[in-house]
Amino acid sequence: MSDPIPEPILRCQGVSRHFGAVRALDGVDFEVRPGEVMALVGDNGAGKSTLIKGIAGSQPFDGGEVLFEGVPVRLDDPKASAALGIEVVYQDLALADNLDVVANMYLGREMVRGWVLDEPSMERAAKETLASLSVTTLRSVRQEVSALSGGQRQAIAVAKAVMWNSKLVILDEPTAALGVAQTRQVLDLVKRLKDRGLAVVLISHNLHDIFEVADRITVLRLGQMIGVYRREDTTQQEIVHAITAGTMESVPGMADDREDIR
Amino acid sequence: MSTTQTTPPGQSIADREGSLADYASAWWARTRAGDFGAIPIVVGLLVIGIIFGALDPVFLSSANFVNLLLQMASIALLAIGIVFVLLIAEIDLSVAYVGAVGGVVMTLLLRPGDPGWPWPLAILAALAVTTLIGFLQGWVITRFGVPSFVVTLAGFLAWSGVVLILTTETSQAGTIIIKNQFVLGLSNKFLPPLLGWLLAALSVGAYAAVQLGQQRSRRSRDLVGKPTSVLALQIAGLAVVAAFTVFYANLTRGVPVVTLLLGVFLVGWSFVASRTRFGRHVYAVGGNPEAARRAGINVDRLRIAVFMIAGFMAGVGGIILASRLRSVSTNTGGGNLLLDVIAAAVIGGTSLFGGRGRVLSALLGGLVIASVSNGMDLLGLPAGVKFVVTGLVLLAAVLIDSISKRTRSA
Repeated sequence: MSDPIPEPILRCQGVSRHFGAVRALDGVDFEVRPGEVMALVGDNGAGKSTLIKGIAGSQPFDGGEVLFEGVPVRLDDPKASAALGIEVVYQDLALADNLDVVANMYLGREMVRGWVLDEPSMERAAKETLASLSVTTLRSVRQEVSALSGGQRQAIAVAKAVMWNSKLVILDEPTAALGVAQTRQVLDLVKRLKDRGLAVVLISHNLHDIFEVADRITVLRLGQMIGVYRREDTTQQEIVHAITAGTMESVPGMADDREDIR
Repeated sequence: MSTTQTTPPGQSIADREGSLADYASAWWARTRAGDFGAIPIVVGLLVIGIIFGALDPVFLSSANFVNLLLQMASIALLAIGIVFVLLIAEIDLSVAYVGAVGGVVMTLLLRPGDPGWPWPLAILAALAVTTLIGFLQGWVITRFGVPSFVVTLAGFLAWSGVVLILTTETSQAGTIIIKNQFVLGLSNKFLPPLLGWLLAALSVGAYAAVQLGQQRSRRSRDLVGKPTSVLALQIAGLAVVAAFTVFYANLTRGVPVVTLLLGVFLVGWSFVASRTRFGRHVYAVGGNPEAARRAGINVDRLRIAVFMIAGFMAGVGGIILASRLRSVSTNTGGGNLLLDVIAAAVIGGTSLFGGRGRVLSALLGGLVIASVSNGMDLLGLPAGVKFVVTGLVLLAAVLIDSISKRTRSA
């Protein structure tokens, strides 16, 4: 990577989120650049979910500043985030089993001609998106989602997210429930998103996966940022240590009177 | 970078236009995977035809066929609304009495001189009332998060009470006769033989035109269309059914006007369910409400709209029922009408678990249910036996639905 480093597409500066007296997220800095896979790791209650919910707008931050493409933005509701091109693929994928692949990819944003669904146009565009992501294990885009494997479902959910000119895709534990071969497919998919110039935030507990696809790794612990590590310059041991004990001299905040927050 | 999955860009998923044999094997695979389609219906109709036909030859006569068309109409019309409700994984136990309220309201408004409304206004008012009832029930269900089962069970009792009040209030005997010729004609007039043939030919032609048009538009965009052989079979199938119906009915009284009406509603609601954004959202809410919500669909509003459809179709069915019986009475909407209607939707292949089914199942299931009840009437079986048999038929339908679901998720 000898190209000049691009400006971050998303930069969170000192973002916080409180739940009553509990600081789930406490002055965290977080950034991700176009064409970069940024892994977000941390133990349960570290604030990963709070951070992505804030970015997704479903649970707005109550402190700090967010810059998107260098411009300060307010991410007060999911629509605001979606309008900027931020898409989140949640762990439960939110696919309707009884609908086919095309119907799922266009759910809520169906193309119509007059009153009638424009099925040929949707099917074409869905196929093109899937082909561009090299998702080729599907027999047909008219298959019901209930007939798909876990990896295929993940691929459909990701394709659905990138279809709408999104610039930043957040993947929440995309490989958690998958076997070896399917994990492989999803990691390949993540690499292709990156090759397309999208910014990808990958949340995972699996350091193996992270070290395969991530460019940088942000470690959170107890609502604070421990550090950002370049993959080339770090080891799994160092990350594990950062997740569990932290590399800071002292434990930040009053760790002992904190509860686990998800 | 990646392993075996990469293909040259542009080369998309390998689905190709299959042959008839491919189609047949795909159909068989779907069936084995728990998607039984129309099989239970076909088997059911054959069994019914053989049993009742053997016990009483009148059952298969053309005169009785026309009776069957008349009897199934109100069941199928009510069942269309139930199909929509089942598609969003809810239930409406009130439809039979809501339909009765519609029939009673219309009948009362039509009474000569008291107030003697013209029939279009009386019918519109009745449909407005039943649609409003659907809205109210849907609103309570979504606003307070009460299961539809409970709300519509309350409706079942309350609306039966309303029917009782309205009918006994106006007539000592509790029976009010309909005198309006148009309303009576709905269930008691028949199409002239030639018109029957003309309409049958028109509908087959329209179906063929739509199907071929779709195939052409798909092919012009490099998408896989249905193989022409499959299309030809489907069109021929519809032609045979339409021609048989017209031919056999024309041997006696002819095709009932109400059959035409039923056809119009079936086509209209099928279009809504399968070709519009609203219909797509109905299926999505039935399949995964959370996914629908995240996709920006207003799930509560959609649920209310579906209960309004159920109310509207209940009104239509209730009016047709009143027309067939030429009156309304204290027990309009009672008996096993509710069970018949729900059984019709489920037997026709609409799942109680939501998200799966077609509007057409109202017609197919209605035909089965009406045949059973018609056959038992012919044999002069007592009411108790009829109740037991209808209950068993509903149970069978629900079991088939359950087995289908389990096979699918296994």
